[in-house]
Amino acid sequence: MSKITRDGDDKPVNPEADHDSGVSRRSFLKGSGIALSVPLVTGGVRTVKAAGQDVKIHGPNKVSITLDINGKKQAATVEPRVTLLDTLRNELDTTGAKRVCDRGTCGACTVLMDGKPVYACSVLAIEAQGKKIQTVENLELNGKLSPVQQAIVDNDGQQCGFCTPGFTVACTALLNKYPDPTDEQTRLGLGGNLCRCGTYVGLREAVKQVAAQRKGGKR
Amino acid sequence: MQKFEYANATTIQQAVALLGNTWGEAEVLAGGTDLLALMKDYVVAPKRLVNIKDIKELKGITMTANGLRLGSLVTFEEVLDNAAIKRSYPAIWQAVAGVTSPQIRNMGTVGGDLCQRPRCWYYRAGYGILAKDENGKALVPDGDNRYHAILGNEGEAKYVNPSSLAPALISLMAKIKVAGPKGSREIAADQFFVTPKSDNEREYALAPNEIVTDILIPSASGVKTATYEVRQREVLDWPLATASVALKLDGKTVKSAKIALGHVAPVPVDSDAAAKALVGKAVTEDTAEAAGAAAVANARALSRNAYKIQLAKVAVKRAILQAAG
Repeated sequence: MSKITRDGDDKPVNPEADHDSGVSRRSFLKGSGIALSVPLVTGGVRTVKAAGQDVKIHGPNKVSITLDINGKKQAATVEPRVTLLDTLRNELDTTGAKRVCDRGTCGACTVLMDGKPVYACSVLAIEAQGKKIQTVENLELNGKLSPVQQAIVDNDGQQCGFCTPGFTVACTALLNKYPDPTDEQTRLGLGGNLCRCGTYVGLREAVKQVAAQRKGGKR
Repeated sequence: MQKFEYANATTIQQAVALLGNTWGEAEVLAGGTDLLALMKDYVVAPKRLVNIKDIKELKGITMTANGLRLGSLVTFEEVLDNAAIKRSYPAIWQAVAGVTSPQIRNMGTVGGDLCQRPRCWYYRAGYGILAKDENGKALVPDGDNRYHAILGNEGEAKYVNPSSLAPALISLMAKIKVAGPKGSREIAADQFFVTPKSDNEREYALAPNEIVTDILIPSASGVKTATYEVRQREVLDWPLATASVALKLDGKTVKSAKIALGHVAPVPVDSDAAAKALVGKAVTEDTAEAAGAAAVANARALSRNAYKIQLAKVAVKRAILQAAG
């Protein structure tokens, strides 16, 4: 079995693997001063017969995809191995979802997919096509913080802030599912997100504040 | 992650045709919560990924008087939100509730839960399913084996089966329906998991070109069931020991019992000894504890996991008490 390269998660075991485009990072950097754009190698789609039917095979080189991000259709050209998270951050300039563990554990990359919270690091961009993706950027309305965002500010629900976008989306999803969650529902409902600073108490209070506001109560 | 080609299957026949005859050439993508992490770490490096999430036949929950059918693509969140499962199959519902990340529950599927790979950190670090170094030396016996097996660990495999659902399915005598190029077959839940002898084999009884299509659970009418997990953390953690029980009572006396343990051995353990210890007796703290003791009577600790024997024993005891109410 292949041993693991420890010197970087994104480095392919076979360094040649990334050179299929004919453009190495070095030649790209050298050339980018002269050429305005580097032609993208796409067309990585072919058709095979499977069980008597035509099935499209995408990749392994870059393929064109369309994603529905925050209500806007956005095109990107990525290899099938690229995650939704990396596509958002590196291709679509949508950096709200954070890349922290990149292994579906910490929750910093949480986005809503068809309204449900998921880890964007554990979804391939190519399989996210046709789904409605909402990131933390979409919560704000007309320059005004959403009730969840405001409540997190009010209740000191952040410290270093790195987990905050993921928690904000997770709190929003929790309150969508349970408009007035019990303490246990809140505790478990935020169980997919980690905060190393320990802002859990503030975040739980923020959820309570939003629930109370919705009931017309004041705090 | 190594490059791969991606195919989106829309029928079971397409999916199995797109999978190869050799393990590792192609992998099945369902929830992706485990597979993508393994691929990022180069532990798994398929040439092709077959997405099965658009296969409609693999979806849906059906409950009838005869039992419960879960399509393999049913997510954990769908099970959690299903009041009828909570009422009629508490062991399954509680096993699902033990996965305390809503994100994982929204993505993770019941079929994927059965086919996920062990969490053994030697495996995840690239030393193979049997955790051997370059010279063939076994790493677990003298290594950090605090989360490894306490039962069934005499052979080379020392990891624990990671499935949350498996103990509940075994206790309920469920069947796993799988499909391949030649059609479908059903595998009893307690026969689904196997212990591989090399990295060219898997921990489950599927052929490389077979996929799980359904989980079929017989009616649990008149059966009292429960799952009890012991975890270090309340949220998002792997169980240290799990027990699921299904009891038929005659008055207060246990008429029959099926008791299965998870996270303690390379395969989920169907403990006849625990069941025998309980049958014919009333459920009390003492008889439940005796059943727990019977379940771990043959346990053998590695250098750093003796504590798990006590946890497994207590998991059995508490699952029995919980089921009996």
